[in-house]
Amino acid sequence: MDMAVKTPSSPMQKVMDGLRAWARINSPWVIHYNSGSCNGCDIEILATLTPRYDLERFGVKLQGSPRHADVLIATGPVTRQSRERLLRIYEQMPDPKFVVAVGSCGLSGGVFHGCYNIVGSIDEVLPVSAYIPGCPPRPEAIIQGVVALLQSLKPQ
Amino acid sequence: MPTQEQNQKFIVPIGPQHPALKEPGHFEFTVDGEIVTAASVRLGYVHRGIEKGTEDRTWTQNVYLLERICGICSHVHVTAYVVAVEQLAKVQAPPRAEAIRTIVAELERIHSHMLWLGVAAHEGGFDSLFMYSWRDRETVMDILETISGNRVHYSANILGGVKFDIDDQKRDFILKGLEFLEERTNHYMKIVTTDETFLGRTRNIGTMTKEQAIELGAVGPTARASGVTIDIRDSAPYSAYKTFPVNVITDETGDLLARFVVRIKELLESYRLIREILDHMPEGELAARIPRRIPAGETIHRVEAPRGELFYYVKSGGGDKPERIKVRTPSLCNWSSVINFAVGHKLADMPMILAGIDPCFSCNDRLIKIRRANQSQVWTWEDLRLHGIEYYR
Ligand code: SF4
Repeated sequence: MDMAVKTPSSPMQKVMDGLRAWARINSPWVIHYNSGSCNGCDIEILATLTPRYDLERFGVKLQGSPRHADVLIATGPVTRQSRERLLRIYEQMPDPKFVVAVGSCGLSGGVFHGCYNIVGSIDEVLPVSAYIPGCPPRPEAIIQGVVALLQSLKPQ
Repeated sequence: MPTQEQNQKFIVPIGPQHPALKEPGHFEFTVDGEIVTAASVRLGYVHRGIEKGTEDRTWTQNVYLLERICGICSHVHVTAYVVAVEQLAKVQAPPRAEAIRTIVAELERIHSHMLWLGVAAHEGGFDSLFMYSWRDRETVMDILETISGNRVHYSANILGGVKFDIDDQKRDFILKGLEFLEERTNHYMKIVTTDETFLGRTRNIGTMTKEQAIELGAVGPTARASGVTIDIRDSAPYSAYKTFPVNVITDETGDLLARFVVRIKELLESYRLIREILDHMPEGELAARIPRRIPAGETIHRVEAPRGELFYYVKSGGGDKPERIKVRTPSLCNWSSVINFAVGHKLADMPMILAGIDPCFSCNDRLIKIRRANQSQVWTWEDLRLHGIEYYR
């Protein structure tokens, strides 16, 4: 997604942009929403925050409120009932915001593809910046996905 | 002097996206000051339509679909399903397969209870216990990964048996892991029963008497903590539980503390059981052959999931796909109990009380349609899809 700030560029603005990008990359706050997953992915996300994997060493913090979050980690296929909620959470997040889809279900509907109450994958509802495949992905894979997202935000 | 405002109810809505639980559920607590006077829950956010989905997949494909009903107790779901199908096909899984099924089921119980211990402690603000128990839980995840190749959905079961063997090397690895876990579990037992701050938040909180537990239909550790002796492994033994009986663990007090104690004691019981099975592993085949088309008929099977009784009804029309599969999961049975005993407690105790039954949403979100008397109705796939679209429009 485009990170450039749409203001006339001045030397001061450049410095501020650099500072902002630096802060964003070093301390992204994430929010997690399960839109219909089997919770296998959710427990692996939780496991990445615990001592063995420790995602927090990258400055990532799990947040309760969408209004404080930079990154939405979404798991599972989108069910009809949670579609509204997923959109609402996304809309409440301040810009710039990024979505990470975790698990085969989030990518394609996975094993639930075709079930009657499924809208589809997460990218049918929201723009997704990073995809992490696996059923469920290993905690290492989740960390790699999040780190790859953060790397891509570095100003060129 | 009562003013109009005082008569009005104040409702605190929580969810469906909330920091406390990792899955979506919506709660409404009516409060009077700090005290909760009524509680209600709205479920259904993760209803995917799996039961109907099974009718569209072959018997073998359903093994993988049903495993993904829940990411925590995935193995027991499939166990219940495959045993039911084996009953219909009149095929008996070999004894070694049954032993391996039981070992994986007990390992799953260990991982589930340790996960719960962490989450429940986290809800109460005891984050170091959360971190420690999840760190130790990685030991059992390593064991599961070593024997099956996956951390969460192990796919141990196939129709007629199991997929992998437990050889001596894996056996030693399991035993070594259990030794470490046992030592840690004893440590947790000490913390949970002696730490004053912990006791302050769990003793006499969310108490449910034995009568209430029976009346409200509680199952699993939630019921056993209130003194109800109900455990399918004991009352209707299946697989290797027939040869290796379990001791049912109960507690009389019925409060939150009892739920902690029962689950931690169950961990110790699982270690014992796994060791015993590993010491007396039956020799033989891993799987029996099963026909692709299952003979027509209907059957049920019950197993004890980490959260309580899990019930499967399977009906076959004689084809390569099931005609109907009905799943009754333990979490749904426990909701009525928690909604009842939450009343009268402080709002701040709610997260811990809710977590106390070990709620899991992914398996309990259903479509419910009330049928008028004398009027039957068959829903096709397309009807259900249209109903879903209409309902959430
Ligand atoms: S990808 Fe697999 S583990 Fe993740 S939510 Fe879907 S079924 Fe569950």
